[in-house]
Formats: sequence, structure tokens, C-alpha cells
Amino acid sequence: MSLIKAENLSAGYDSDTIIEGINFTVNEGDYLYIVGENGSGKTTLMKTILGLLPPLSGEIVFGDGLNSKEIGYLPQHTPVQKDFPASVWEIVLSGCQSRCGIRPFYNKKEKAIANENIRKMGMTDLKNRCYRELSGGQQQRVLLARALCATGKLILLDEPVAGLDPMVTLDMYRLISDLNKSGITVIMISHDVAAAAKYASHILHIGDMVFFGTNEEYRQSKIGKYFLMQGEMLGEISNDGKKEAK
Amino acid sequence: MDKLMMYFEYPFVRYALIVGVLISLCSSLLGVTLVLKRFSFIGDGLSHVAFGAIAIASVTGVSNEMIVVLPVTVISAVLLLNSSGKAKIRGDAAIAMISVGALAFGYLLMNVFSASSNLSGDVCTTLFGSTSILTLNPTDVWMCIVLSVIVIAIFIVFYNKIFAVTFDENFAKAVGTKSDLYNLMIAIIIAVIIVLAMNLVGSLLISALVIFPALSAMRLFKSFKSVTVFSAIFSVSCALVGMVVSILGGTPVGSTIVAVDVFAFAVCYLVGRITGRGN
Ligand SMILES: Nc1ncnc2c1ncn2[C@@H]1O[C@H](COP(=O)(O)OP(=O)(O)OP(=O)(O)O)[C@@H](O)[C@H]1O
Ligand SMILES: [Mg+2]
Repeated sequence: MSLIKAENLSAGYDSDTIIEGINFTVNEGDYLYIVGENGSGKTTLMKTILGLLPPLSGEIVFGDGLNSKEIGYLPQHTPVQKDFPASVWEIVLSGCQSRCGIRPFYNKKEKAIANENIRKMGMTDLKNRCYRELSGGQQQRVLLARALCATGKLILLDEPVAGLDPMVTLDMYRLISDLNKSGITVIMISHDVAAAAKYASHILHIGDMVFFGTNEEYRQSKIGKYFLMQGEMLGEISNDGKKEAK
Repeated sequence: MDKLMMYFEYPFVRYALIVGVLISLCSSLLGVTLVLKRFSFIGDGLSHVAFGAIAIASVTGVSNEMIVVLPVTVISAVLLLNSSGKAKIRGDAAIAMISVGALAFGYLLMNVFSASSNLSGDVCTTLFGSTSILTLNPTDVWMCIVLSVIVIAIFIVFYNKIFAVTFDENFAKAVGTKSDLYNLMIAIIIAVIIVLAMNLVGSLLISALVIFPALSAMRLFKSFKSVTVFSAIFSVSCALVGMVVSILGGTPVGSTIVAVDVFAFAVCYLVGRITGRGN
């Protein structure tokens, strides 16, 4: 049985329908990329999957054995107040809150998981720093470490590489890919179509045209070809720029 | 000093100190969460509701005011915390509405039905706390101790959850934390603290106990834990200093404590500026 199955799903805010007629299935071990233009409703869809927004119509069915305690989540915007006092360590550790359950305090194992994810993100030196004093990219890595702490079966990432430098972006893709290979299902929103073509097992394209299928099917489809070509053109432009700079 | 020692001989002075320390500790613990959730004024709003409830209690002649005041305040707290975010009326506007409404209604009730000859004195006492903390009887003190211990215990046990829900409610929900439940719990605790604190500083000055320790700590510290610990220490010290000053100088307890809070905040602000720790 599939992990998540969306049937004729419409999502939006109150009476405001943003996307409709979405159908897709996610099986265990899949690596699903959600792509589409700004404002096409990717974040809205992800929030609906997470249950933060009620679906307007249609339904999302979760396979048995999946409960929200095994989901990791990286939000696109974290509405953290500017003056919130919180250290990197406190935030990453809070990713373990679902492992912790009703037990009041984090145990050694959870602290070890938090430490390990801080290390993976290369944040060990910043562990005791205040979150609000970090750069945008560093903050992103903190939230990723937190999401990794929460993951057991499924991780949902809303533009995880936005604002990261190229090296870290590459690391991130590898890390997520490794995570996926270790059996964790990944659903990721991204504008990086090239990376989608490289890593994804399935692609959900939303916008004026909706497409859902395997990576291979997407590359063969009209819409996929169109977007991939655009991506390549952009890539060439930036490559040209680099050549000229040399 | 001798004079102070002499005062400590009196049980009512000791009661007042115990109650003052406990209340200031409780209010500072949740202050951090309230300030960060942008609910600083909820203390104010709720205390006015409690004032209205006291008016109802005294008019209807209920012997123990707590029986009326506590539930009414708890219900208002739950409504206020729940409505913000969803409701058409924004959170702060809702609080302001309820707050002035209850104040006016309470005063009106007292004025129309009160049998007391010293009406303005009564009202003033409820609003500013005046000297009522020195007239506590053992039952009040025990009630306060029990409620405070419960509040502190709940806060410690749910500390990590409160942090998680305050820092990022969406994430907490997404990973299966029952954030609505914790918000409800926070609301109830706040209401209890407000009702307790009415004894100490009166209903107009409660917000000060809630926000000054948190704001001062946030000038100097940058992790949630250090802010929480410092604001607790800050609040208890200010309450102690304030009470001692008021006993020695014969000034009103509530306003003296708040004055000490304001002064200490200014010190923290300056220290934060000079050391560059604040922003
Ligand atoms: N809280 C909200 N209430 C009402 N409408 C909203 C809300 N948040 C977003 N929208 C609207 O929903 C639409 C889709 O927004 P969404 O954030 O899902 O886009 P997105 O695909 O994630 O875009 P991006 O690539 O820029 O992140 C937008 O038109 C936006 O204006
Ligand atoms: Mg988005």
C-alpha cells in the first residue's frame, strides 16, 4: 500500500482555491520533487499534506504505519520573531520533540542525534550561537538539522537549498539522496529542475498544467521537456558568464 | 536592619514575602512565552476580566471570591488565546475590547450595587493592590503556595514542549505535537497566575510582572533557557527588594515592586547596550 495517496485534491485558504484536481501517490522510498512557478501553490500543497491546512475537497489517504511522529519538515518561511532568544542547540534539539513524546526531557540518545545532525550540517562551532544572529544560509542549515532530527520515515522539504552556497547545496543534495537511499521517503519542493531530473524518482509539476509521473515520464513529456530546456538555457547562460569571467 | 528584623517577627510580613516570591516567580516563567507570542497585553486584559469577576462576586455576596474569579478568568484566557490567529478581530484588538469592557462593567456593577461606604477605596485596592498583601490570612497563603507549586511543576515538566510550540508552532504541529493542547495549557496557567498576582500588585500592574523580567532578560541573554532562568531570578529579586522597600518606607506594595522592575529593566538595557549583547 502506498504511503500517501492524494485523490482529486484541492487546496487553498478558506474559500480561496489555489490548486485543484491534484492526484499523486507516494510509495515508501520514493523521492518526489514538486516543481512549479512562484505562487503556483507548492507550499500550500505541502501544508495540506502535513495537515496544517485542511483540504478543500478531495482527500489525502495515508498508508498504515505512517503517523506524524515520523515526519520531518523544513518550512519555507519560519515566522520567527526577530528577537526570539534561542540557541542553535535548542532549536535542533526541538526536532526530537516527537521522539520524546510525552516524556518531559530529552534523553541521551536524542541529544546524540541532535549533535550528529549539527555536525552533518557543519554547524558544530556555532552550536551555542543565537539563531537570530546567523546568516540566512546558516539559519537554513539549522532548520534542516532540526528536520533531520525529526525524520523517521518521511521528510518534507520546502526549498531546502534556497540561500545556500553552491558547495553546501551540493552537499545537501548528496545528504538528502543518502537519506533517501537509507529508506526515508523524500518530498521536496525545488526550483532546481536540473537537480530534479538528476535525483527525483517522481516529479509533480503544478501550475497551469499539472503533471505527475516518474522522472523518466516527465522528461519525455511536453511540459517536462519545456522546463528542462529552460533550465538548460539558464545553465548555459551562467556557464557562459563563468567562461567570460575567466 | 533592626527594623526589618522586627518586621519579620510578624507572621503577616512573612506571608507577604512568601506569596510575593512565589507569584513573581510564576509570572516571570510564562512571561517569556507571552512576550514572544506577542501576547504581552493578555495579562492586562485578563486582569481586567478578573476585576469584573470580583465585582460580580462582591455584588452577589459570594463569600470566597476565588470561586467566581478563577473560572471566569480561565475561560476568558482560553477564548483569547484561541481566537487570536483565526478570528476576524485581531488578537490585540480583542484583548483591548474585553479588557476595557470588563473594567467598565465591573466598576458599574460595584457602583450601582455596592453596599460599601468606601467605594473608591475598594476599587483602588482592587486596581493597585494597595496593602492587601499585608492582610493575607493563612488560607490565602496556602492556596497561593499550592497553585504556585502546580504552575512551576507544570512549567518544568512541559518546558521543552512550551519552547517547541512557542518557537515554531507549524513545525510542532507537523511533527505531531499537540500544539493546541499546549496552547490551552498555557492559557490556563496564565489565568491562574493573573488571579494570584491580583493579590500582590492589583489588576492594573500585573502586566509589569509578566513583561519586565522577560524583556530585561532578552536584553542580556540569547538562549531560551538562559532567558528563562534570568527572568525568574530578576523577577524574584525585584519583588523582594520592592516589598522590603515598601515595608520600610510605607509605600504601596504593588507600585513599589513595579517601580523596582522598571529601574532594573533600565539597568539591564544599559548593560546590554554597553556590552553589545542586546540589539
Ligand atoms: N496564508 C495565506 N492566505 C491566503 N492566501 C495565501 C496564503 N499564503 C499564500 N497564499 C496564496 O497562495 C498562492 C500560492 O502560494 P504558495 O506559497 O503555495 O506558492 P509557492 O508555489 O510555494 O511559491 P514559491 O515558489 O514562491 O514558494 C499565492 O497566490 C499566495 O498569494
Ligand atoms: Mg513556497
